[in-house]
Amino acid sequence: MNSLIFAAFSRILFILMLAVSLFVLYRGHNEPGGGFVGGLIAAAGFATLALARGVDVARATLRFEPMTVIGFGILAALLGGLPGLWLDDSFLAHQWAILGSAHIGTTLLFDIGVYLVVLGGILSLILRFYEGL
Amino acid sequence: MHLLFAFAIAIVAGCSLYLILSRHIVRILLGVTMLSAAINLVIFLSGRIVTNVPAVIRAGESSLSADAANPLPQALVLTAIVIGFSLTAFFAALALQTYRSLGSVDTRHIDAAERLGSPFPAAKDRP
Amino acid sequence: MTAFLTLHAPLWPVLLPIFGAGLATCLWKQRRAQRLVTGLCITLLLAASLLLLAAVYQQGILAIRFGGWNAPFGVVFVADALSAAMVAITGILAAAVMTFGLADIRRREEQAGFYPLMLGMLAGVNGAFLTGDIFNLYVWFEVMLITAMGLLSIGRNRARLDATVRYAVLNLFSTLLFLTGVALLYGATGTLNMADLARVLPETEPSINLTLSALLLLCGFGIKAGYFPLFFWLPASYHTASITVSAIFAGLLTKVGVYACFRVFTLIFSVEDSGIREIVAVLAAGTMLFGVFGAAVQWDVRRILSFHIVSQIGYMLLGLAISTQAALAGAIFYIIHHIIVKANLFLLAGAIHRASGTFDLRKSGGLMYRNPLLAALFLVPALSLAGLPPLSGFWAKFLVIDATFRAGEHWLAGLALFVGLLTLYSMSKIWMEAFWKKPVLPRAEARRVPRPMLLAIASLGALTLVIGFMPQPLILFSQTAAAALLDPSAYLSAVLPANPILEARP
Repeated sequence: MNSLIFAAFSRILFILMLAVSLFVLYRGHNEPGGGFVGGLIAAAGFATLALARGVDVARATLRFEPMTVIGFGILAALLGGLPGLWLDDSFLAHQWAILGSAHIGTTLLFDIGVYLVVLGGILSLILRFYEGL
Repeated sequence: MHLLFAFAIAIVAGCSLYLILSRHIVRILLGVTMLSAAINLVIFLSGRIVTNVPAVIRAGESSLSADAANPLPQALVLTAIVIGFSLTAFFAALALQTYRSLGSVDTRHIDAAERLGSPFPAAKDRP
Repeated sequence: MTAFLTLHAPLWPVLLPIFGAGLATCLWKQRRAQRLVTGLCITLLLAASLLLLAAVYQQGILAIRFGGWNAPFGVVFVADALSAAMVAITGILAAAVMTFGLADIRRREEQAGFYPLMLGMLAGVNGAFLTGDIFNLYVWFEVMLITAMGLLSIGRNRARLDATVRYAVLNLFSTLLFLTGVALLYGATGTLNMADLARVLPETEPSINLTLSALLLLCGFGIKAGYFPLFFWLPASYHTASITVSAIFAGLLTKVGVYACFRVFTLIFSVEDSGIREIVAVLAAGTMLFGVFGAAVQWDVRRILSFHIVSQIGYMLLGLAISTQAALAGAIFYIIHHIIVKANLFLLAGAIHRASGTFDLRKSGGLMYRNPLLAALFLVPALSLAGLPPLSGFWAKFLVIDATFRAGEHWLAGLALFVGLLTLYSMSKIWMEAFWKKPVLPRAEARRVPRPMLLAIASLGALTLVIGFMPQPLILFSQTAAAALLDPSAYLSAVLPANPILEARP
């Protein structure tokens, strides 16, 4: 795609989308949002970048192979489930720590895992689509 | 309300079956996607549609109010949507790859697997 | 430590492969590291599945909950004798097939993600065997489906893409039917936990929804397992994948459908009460007969074997149709025997291909003179599949057919015997054409079959021989498993807490 305006704005759009995706990811445990939606938004950001400035730029911005991102996501989600196995005798029983007004729990780790899996999965697919364009 | 819903589901499912029976792979893909949407609606209907209070526990309370919607079908539908999404994505990639290497998305031309080890001579070998 | 491992024994056979798949995906470009992770993971998986079998053998039914939620509300994993046996056989098969894979998997397949996909599929298979929640069963079916599609399409040549398209459409459709069945079941009963369903359903008044749900589940599992009019995708796709993949598909994937059928139609519905006994009997007869006829006209080893998967599924279904304890025990014995033997035959097809350079029987030949060891190794599973004594297949067929005779279904038993004869025909066809006949294309020396391949084939063959010569322990085990299927009270009390009203967690 050769639109100059699109190319110029793509970087800003990308950063905005990434920020929103992280916000949605964090917001997920009490309000609508979460890892899946966050991952989709982040993937949309990378897709914008890929459409405007080429797949190579998007790949370079991601740094890792999309597949590797999926792998890290799976591992993070698994790790998020493990503490419950020791503390509560049940896998995926989530543990919470209350720091001031913020609740931090192993669900966040699980959600980050979902985020990464969705991001990696979508990107490995659409980057291949775009390379054929 | 239930009857209306049932008819709507029947129409979606009917359309999707029509699409699945097509010879065009992309239409089959659309058909499968639509069918899974119809089935999600069936799950939703199974949970009874009666209330309109969302299944969210209000601040300060520790259980759902009695007139809240049933959250389980929503969770099931959400799971089914996510799974359907990934399968659709995979199938789309498969259709693309098929088009790239076989040059066609018409199932009449996609018979490479049948030719391997068919007891009958392949169509192009026949006189 | 041991107590901890045993306490959560049903968790490890699923968690380990997922962990391995995650780790192997992280190491996307490092093939050597992936291979190492996979090897380690498969070894641990084998140990974990044997641990589960031992734990279930000693302590009876094990149930673990997820997320701290108790049974009817949360997802549970339940390991009874049948599930534990299936998981154990999965572990054994995975180890054998991956040993074979050492010599068979090509570099391109490794680069396309063979290892993570394979581990993911094993996780899906084990999850389906262990879960005690019917919606969760659907989820594991989908995990299995998407990884299996990945494995099928991995080489990306034309035949594989074609096969994947066929496989994908039919199997997607089957899981959708399954999901509809689950939805209707949930609508009628309001629960998804299988033990809870078994408790609630007798009190629910029969309705059209329940009948529909039973039929949809039968169709959904039927496509997956390859029952008679629904099996056509199977011989059209299994033969295209690489032998390592084909073997594990042939051994495990259809059997997951059979297992699901056994679970659902003993625990939740019963074949008798839901009035589908006649349907299942006709399906079993058709599956046996059409599978074996399909195999009789084929010339490609892999296609012959694919059709035989279908025909052998018929015997297992026959056990379900009769549904007495003896018949179910026979069917369980049959499943275990069949997984080992069928996977082994596919591995042998790979070895034949390696030695003679072709899968087409018309073009190969003379292997008995060039490679007598391979010929001997072939005879064990081939004769076992055909059901000759004293191999494992004889006992499996004997148990099923004997139970059928006792139940008074003489025509079904007669048909099963006839199909056994035709199976022998197909096996002797492979023997005559590939091993005995003079080689068609003169070639001085048969190519060597790599050691890992022979090791895998020999170890599975040895297992067949052990079962054949000492069937008694396995028969007793199958009878225990069948008794547990027919009387689910132990299952219910293991899964559901004694007091059905539970404390609500905030």
